[in-house]
Amino acid sequence: MIHLETDVLIIGTGGAGMYAAISAARCGAERVLLLDKSLVGRGGATIMAQMTVAAALAEESDDDWRLHLDDTLAAGRGLCNEALAAILCEEAPARIREMGEWQVGWARRDSGRIAQVTAPGHSRPRCCYVDFLNTGPAVAATLRRQISRIDAIRRVSNLTVTDLVAVDGAVVGAVALDAASGEPVTIAARATIIATGGLTRIYRRNSASANMGGDGYALALRAGAQLVDMEFVQFFPIGHLAPRLVGMDPIMWDPFRYKLGGRLLDGVGREFLARYGSDETDAYTTPRDIATHAIVSEVAAGRGSPHGGVFLSFEHVPVVDLEAAFGPVIERLAKNGIDLAEAPVEVSPIAHYHMGGIAVDEHMASTVPGLFAAGEAVGGANGANRLSGNAISEALVFGERAGKFAAAAKPASDWRDGAAEEAVDRIRALADGHKGDGSAAVLLEEMRALMGDAVGPLRDAAGLTRALARLAGMRDALPSLAINPDRACNASLADWFELRASLVAAEAVTRAALARRESRGAHQRTDFPDSDPGLARRQLVTMEAAGAAVRWAS
Amino acid sequence: MKTARLKICRGTGDEPPSYEEFAVPFEDGATVLDALIWIRGHRDPSLAIRYSCINANVCKECTIAIDGRVLYACTTRLVEGAVMTLDPLPGKTRLRDLVAETRSPRERIV
Repeated sequence: MIHLETDVLIIGTGGAGMYAAISAARCGAERVLLLDKSLVGRGGATIMAQMTVAAALAEESDDDWRLHLDDTLAAGRGLCNEALAAILCEEAPARIREMGEWQVGWARRDSGRIAQVTAPGHSRPRCCYVDFLNTGPAVAATLRRQISRIDAIRRVSNLTVTDLVAVDGAVVGAVALDAASGEPVTIAARATIIATGGLTRIYRRNSASANMGGDGYALALRAGAQLVDMEFVQFFPIGHLAPRLVGMDPIMWDPFRYKLGGRLLDGVGREFLARYGSDETDAYTTPRDIATHAIVSEVAAGRGSPHGGVFLSFEHVPVVDLEAAFGPVIERLAKNGIDLAEAPVEVSPIAHYHMGGIAVDEHMASTVPGLFAAGEAVGGANGANRLSGNAISEALVFGERAGKFAAAAKPASDWRDGAAEEAVDRIRALADGHKGDGSAAVLLEEMRALMGDAVGPLRDAAGLTRALARLAGMRDALPSLAINPDRACNASLADWFELRASLVAAEAVTRAALARRESRGAHQRTDFPDSDPGLARRQLVTMEAAGAAVRWAS
Repeated sequence: MKTARLKICRGTGDEPPSYEEFAVPFEDGATVLDALIWIRGHRDPSLAIRYSCINANVCKECTIAIDGRVLYACTTRLVEGAVMTLDPLPGKTRLRDLVAETRSPRERIV
């Protein structure tokens, strides 16, 4: 069996993981091990971000990180962890400028200043980007280039961490499945950083990549860490719905709304946002939680578009303006049969980001010694609703910090082979195959539908209770599922581990959603439609013998 | 129901290539990757494929040979009634089914 040893183990290679690796190496870590279950620097959410990055650079207007913080806290509906939110806002400019020095290619005005636009919820132009729709790919490519130049960083692709290894209550490394061989791998690490992103892949309609099924949350919970704010899943309001669009991220419409407006219309062509308390006559300003609630409510009332969303129309925009704003994207849309001058598209909410996550302190350290988190996997900075543009900023800022503090961490315990035994044996037993009933692929599909229907943008006690019962049933079915006895690239084995992790994440979301008997931000209960000022508090999730348990933070 | 057909290379690199044909539901605009994911969920959960971003065409992981041409499964449309032949990326070691060894040598564990 292969055994690796490292100073800093980083799980996940989106923006947070790659920045953490760079930072750990420059803070003195001699061995940094950077793993991804997909290909390093290709998976995760960062590379899919087509939109903007928020930072108070003050290139286009007077700005200050404290003003960015004000907007972040307001968007968070009273729940942000203010210390984490302040770190995000204060350090974002340094990270954005460093990415600029690494030639990410921020869009610039003729004057040479970095272009900044006003995304919804921001009090001034603060959001930078890489044209056209290329922010995420450019950020990922830039970070891939940086990590490839650092000898201390070892990269491994297609290695799926299935369990963390704890000794005397401290995380000392991990056990992973090597997809190409089907063999277990053990990894001893002085410090471990979870940078696996969020859990949006547990929903049927999602803008996630294949590896965002909530793995990091399950790893952290089982290792004894606390999760926070798990009920808050951000649904991006205008995810593309129809006609079928390929080769583009379904959340690609937002930048065009910044640039051109774009009207949201119900199934018979009437504007409706004003009835939900939002005035968009002058600019695109509706926060994501309110827009999502408005669209889902219109559809529920029978006023939706043919495919069950609403219309987004640019028909009022002159063709010359469309071409200027969309550039080469016009041709990509034409290949999909979309002509914005002629017809609207259909959009509807799509699971996009998870505000909740691993509870950490200002050093990105979890409550378990040896275990850190970075990026979307961290909970708390964004409260009940994330401000547009804060996700990439958070990935870079929290990644940089996690790498720095993990590099300096003193291990609380030493590696012991025996502590890894159960996880190693599990991989070996399952990789030999299992004759059983049902497949994890089928249950994953059912789980995504269940989460979308019962734990989606609109929730009630009956649906959440039904979801919990079915999730428990799926968990009970795990030991009896069929697994092919294949070693190389065993898809049924990979699905089994994904289902095992996703069910933990799904249960955490659902339990927290059931316990929060109010509506706030991204958490909307039809049976408790109002916010309760007494519940402007966070919920913590821990793993107990019977499963995930929720309690209110003091 | 409208269908399309896929003839898919199966097995590991140690075995001679063999092909298995699947009928998949056809909807306007559907892609080869849509069909492969459908097969995994409804016909054969052991079918090995490589993909990450699913729809955005940014990860480039789903590159395979489709009727002999190197293309992305996520942006290649199904053709109603037609048979398409799918092979792993040519010139690379075949690991299983449509998965080729596309990892850089520096990113492998052994």
